[in-house]
Amino acid sequence: MKSAARLSKNPAAAGKGKKILTRLCRDYQLYLLVLPAVIWYIIFAYVPMYGLQIAFKDYNGALGILGSPWVGLKHFESFFRSHYAWTLIRNTVILALYSMLASFPFPIILALMLNELKSARYKKMVQTVVYAPHFISVVVLVGMLNLFFSPNGMIGAIQEALGQETVNYLTSPGAFRHLYVWSGVWQGTGWGAIIYLAALSSVDPGLHEAALIDGASRLQRMWHINVPAILPTATILFIMNAGSLLSVGFEKVFLMKNDLNADTAYVIALYIYDRGIVKTDFSFSAAVGLMNNFVNFFLVLLVNRIARALSDTSLF
Amino acid sequence: MAVIKETRKDRIFNAINFIIVTGCLLVVLYPLYFVVIASFSNPNAVAAGEVWLYPRDITLDAYETVFENQEILMGYRNTIFYTIVGTLFNLVLTLPAAYGLSKKNFMGRNVIMFFIVLTMYFSGGMIPSYLVVRDLGLLNTWWALIIPMGCSTYNLIIARTFFANGVPSEIEEAATIDGCSTFRLFLQIVLPLSKALIGVLTLYYAVAHWNEYFSALIYLPSAREKYPLAQILREILILNTMKSAAGSSMNEELAVYYANLANLLKYALIIVSAVPLLVVYPFLQKYFDKGVMIGSVKG
Repeated sequence: MKSAARLSKNPAAAGKGKKILTRLCRDYQLYLLVLPAVIWYIIFAYVPMYGLQIAFKDYNGALGILGSPWVGLKHFESFFRSHYAWTLIRNTVILALYSMLASFPFPIILALMLNELKSARYKKMVQTVVYAPHFISVVVLVGMLNLFFSPNGMIGAIQEALGQETVNYLTSPGAFRHLYVWSGVWQGTGWGAIIYLAALSSVDPGLHEAALIDGASRLQRMWHINVPAILPTATILFIMNAGSLLSVGFEKVFLMKNDLNADTAYVIALYIYDRGIVKTDFSFSAAVGLMNNFVNFFLVLLVNRIARALSDTSLF
Repeated sequence: MAVIKETRKDRIFNAINFIIVTGCLLVVLYPLYFVVIASFSNPNAVAAGEVWLYPRDITLDAYETVFENQEILMGYRNTIFYTIVGTLFNLVLTLPAAYGLSKKNFMGRNVIMFFIVLTMYFSGGMIPSYLVVRDLGLLNTWWALIIPMGCSTYNLIIARTFFANGVPSEIEEAATIDGCSTFRLFLQIVLPLSKALIGVLTLYYAVAHWNEYFSALIYLPSAREKYPLAQILREILILNTMKSAAGSSMNEELAVYYANLANLLKYALIIVSAVPLLVVYPFLQKYFDKGVMIGSVKG
């Protein structure tokens, strides 16, 4: 004790340091368990973030990330000066907002309706079916769209039977957004309902009984008990959806885009792929990606603020 | 609830609710059902729009063509490899880390958690990630589709929440007092108690591997023999690269048949690619609700 006090002017701090060391020794196996994942996150999440500096450089493979010369905001300027920049941004924002707003209410409505079903077996059966599309790969989903909506597919046959002219929706810029969004609604609504069903299952049955005795109808109970019960969940999910607003669905757009619908289907992420991976214009496309990322981050904060102001529920 | 008799209004409400839910059910089910019946039907009947409610002139021609295609079989084998090895790698990375981070005596766990969750909202993006994979020499290797997909933050959070709430701490304390090391505790006591969690994570990870095509597009630029099924599917379903077997000596009727078959084979291909999932789907279903529930406790 005496020697320890001499080593450090503050005995309490020395004791604390020793305690930390003992704890580290005692729990070293815990740290070993976490270590592989930490290494993975460093290599595959934080090294790329570090690599983002090439957005401000002229990346040259021979010189490496560190050795390449700084060029400041050159790439950002050249992106914003280009004539396609605003088209890309507009396409991305419209598609993301349309998709987010259209696909948001359906899982809530479905969950509320499933919750009101009287037969538990029928409810189970409906759930089994509506969850299934969630597991369909995006390649298969777009493949199905191509099969159904091509002029000689299912939709074409219906139009022909009705005596209408067949339209090729797959190559139509006007139809792209609707196809994208509503196929997403088809695929995601069932799965999205699960979380609301979980929230509904935790509603106190006493509330329903009390309302029943007071003569509330089923519709009134749904509206005044169940809807408020899932509102906090809905708010949180809405904010989280906003977080992935600009990145979401890139793989799907990539598959759906063709030369003819590019007017509406060309989004920022696709452009990054074309310039970066295909044309190996690394610095420029990293700059565009960084900008995309910042806009995204800003949107989360914005939606979070709005949600807090409107409903007192927020993510952070 | 049965104590109070239903009013007429409630009965109408029930009926309308039932009709709308059934409508939703049909909207989801019909496209899937159509793919199934079309894949078994005569190509000409499908092309003429005669197949609606049941298959016509049942034939397995489409399936035969699918199974004769060497690339499809190759993609299938590759995807099975990626799914099994990739999912194992995911679990080996995610489960121990989530367990460690769920322990209160883990110093600095909040800091580590913060940096992990941050990656959900901010990432280097496609290009810097590509450069990392390239510089590690992973391009065109089998590992390119396994290691970069190592950990999903969302799944890690689910697992951590489960370990924090789902495993009784008394059992762990008792084992520790009896001199059980953390490794043994994790492997022999915690993991066997976490079957539901392992089921959920396996499901999420395996489906992600099974459906992955984009990594193959970026990370396997010149290794066609390593393409996963999804990438082959993309070429056939979306880029229409599948050539039908039509030869020049064929008469016109047969040529039309083969042209339609090339289209029909897509339906069969969709079914074939979904078979493993269809097989396990009923068994995994009980995990669906659980998985989302575990995740939602996050708070």
